[in-house]
Amino acid sequence: MEYKGVWILGEQDGGKIQSVSYELLKRGKSLSEKLDVDLVAVVLGYQVSPAELDILIHYGANKVIYVDDQVFENFLPDPYINSLQELIEKYRPEVMIASATSTGRTVAPAVAIKCHAGLTADCTGLDIEEGSRNLIQTRPAIGGNILATIKSPNHRPQMATVRPHSNQPMEPNPEAKGEVIYEKVAAEKLKTRSKQVAFIEMKEEGSNIQDADVIIAGGKGCKTEENFKMVTELARLLNAAVGASREAVDFGWVKYPHQIGLSGKTVSPNMYVCTGISGAVQHLAGIKTAHNIVAINNDPDAQIFQLADIAVEADMFEFMPMLIEKLKARLNK
Amino acid sequence: MKIIVPIKQVPETSNVKMDSETGTMIRTGVEPIVNPLDLYAIEEAVRLKSEYGGEIIAITMGPPSAHKALREAISMGCDDGILLSNRKFAGADTWSTSYVLAKAIEKMGDFDIILCGERATDGDTGQVGPGIAAWLDIPFSTYVSQISEVTDEKVTVKRIVENGYQLLDVEKPTLITVVKEINFPRLPTLDGKIKAKKAEIPMWGPEEVDTLAENLGLKGSPTRVVKISTPKVSRDGERFAPKTEQEMDEVVDRIIEFFEEKEIL
Repeated sequence: MEYKGVWILGEQDGGKIQSVSYELLKRGKSLSEKLDVDLVAVVLGYQVSPAELDILIHYGANKVIYVDDQVFENFLPDPYINSLQELIEKYRPEVMIASATSTGRTVAPAVAIKCHAGLTADCTGLDIEEGSRNLIQTRPAIGGNILATIKSPNHRPQMATVRPHSNQPMEPNPEAKGEVIYEKVAAEKLKTRSKQVAFIEMKEEGSNIQDADVIIAGGKGCKTEENFKMVTELARLLNAAVGASREAVDFGWVKYPHQIGLSGKTVSPNMYVCTGISGAVQHLAGIKTAHNIVAINNDPDAQIFQLADIAVEADMFEFMPMLIEKLKARLNK
Repeated sequence: MKIIVPIKQVPETSNVKMDSETGTMIRTGVEPIVNPLDLYAIEEAVRLKSEYGGEIIAITMGPPSAHKALREAISMGCDDGILLSNRKFAGADTWSTSYVLAKAIEKMGDFDIILCGERATDGDTGQVGPGIAAWLDIPFSTYVSQISEVTDEKVTVKRIVENGYQLLDVEKPTLITVVKEINFPRLPTLDGKIKAKKAEIPMWGPEEVDTLAENLGLKGSPTRVVKISTPKVSRDGERFAPKTEQEMDEVVDRIIEFFEEKEIL
């Protein structure tokens, strides 16, 4: 049997499909149209409602394959990996993409080994090569210094993880029709060798930087923890997440989950505003796919200005309070 | 307790220079270092050893000169190092690399924990850790920020995900990839450096590791890099250098207008 179809891994949390999955459907749609095949969303979950699964169809899926079991209530690698392997071997998709989230980047490498598939991490571009049906995958590497184009000519499925928020979802079409297939996998595929004993939610405001639409970040230039509060304050005003350079984290002004860059997180928000960050290569690697960047720094030669859509060469201690005050007035806060 | 730490030698990324004509990395004059994120795995292994006893073996695949990375691991507290180096291994992608590492680990006998860095700062994939676990068919945990308990049967880990921390009990033997939050890597000691210098590091090839030829190197790798390009860095954005309060006020207005244009206000 030949390999046919484009699959996306649909992620759910507490029965709710995650927005990254809708982004993937848009990526998947352009591939499935070029290949003239179905776009299929695969969801592993527990008590995900039919209405919720239908939303995947509104966002572009022709089919949804859903496996329901209590073991999928929380993310655990074994049942995810083994179930996906079984489904891939049964349906034989030619392309399988997942989000480069903590889940996607855990599951995809193990599935790729088990299915003898090529896998490319954290892609920012996907396309189809005419004729060969090869998936052309583009990704930044070596700290964002290069863009590599990768394909897996002799292996199917062709697998890739896609950088979250590197594209927008399509407009949902509530009239769209599609099929939901309730699949079962063999009982031994649902076994798990790890179990969740607790989940500690990140309560601290603005710490989920990878899902944030707006990020306000600060770095060494803030000089003190007290000054860093300007960053937090601006973030609060804009309902934004707080980001930081490695130095700001090392000084203890803000915790590690906020760190952006090579040894922290890679982010692609709609708006990235940073101050006191000069823009070391390691930091820039984490923000290259931000859609809009505003940088405030007093050093005219700061590397960050290269990447900024609006570059403000000014003393942050004068400029930031003015920006905060005027925004407060604008927002009536 | 036996702990294995797979590490990678990488170019120091902050000094990477690209040849704009060929789009390749200029390697001359770039001193290779131990992948910075692997230092956290080494440190965690040393910490576990001091708490539970046992031995730590660092392993790497790379050119013959990669023994230097293993010596650095030994200077930080690892007991031994094994170098996987052979022309047939060259050009491997993450599929083939994790295959060779897994086969070598199998050769090393029983173990309790494999500790890896979250990803390497050059390839930046984070795929080799989970790949090794898949080849060995052992349970694994990624993005671990704390290892709180190790018993004969299981390991308790705290895993950082997008919206919080997942606490997991995982059966042994197991593989764990750690994030930077987990510890502060120690500096090599003088004793460690002396030990590292004297250490005998065996070099294993396909025969010692007992690998299948078709899974090795570029030939055994499903993925192919077909093009490398140097992306344009500059966005040629608007540039302001306000000096007076009046000028600053105008720039503040421009930023607020920009926020409105991009629909964040």
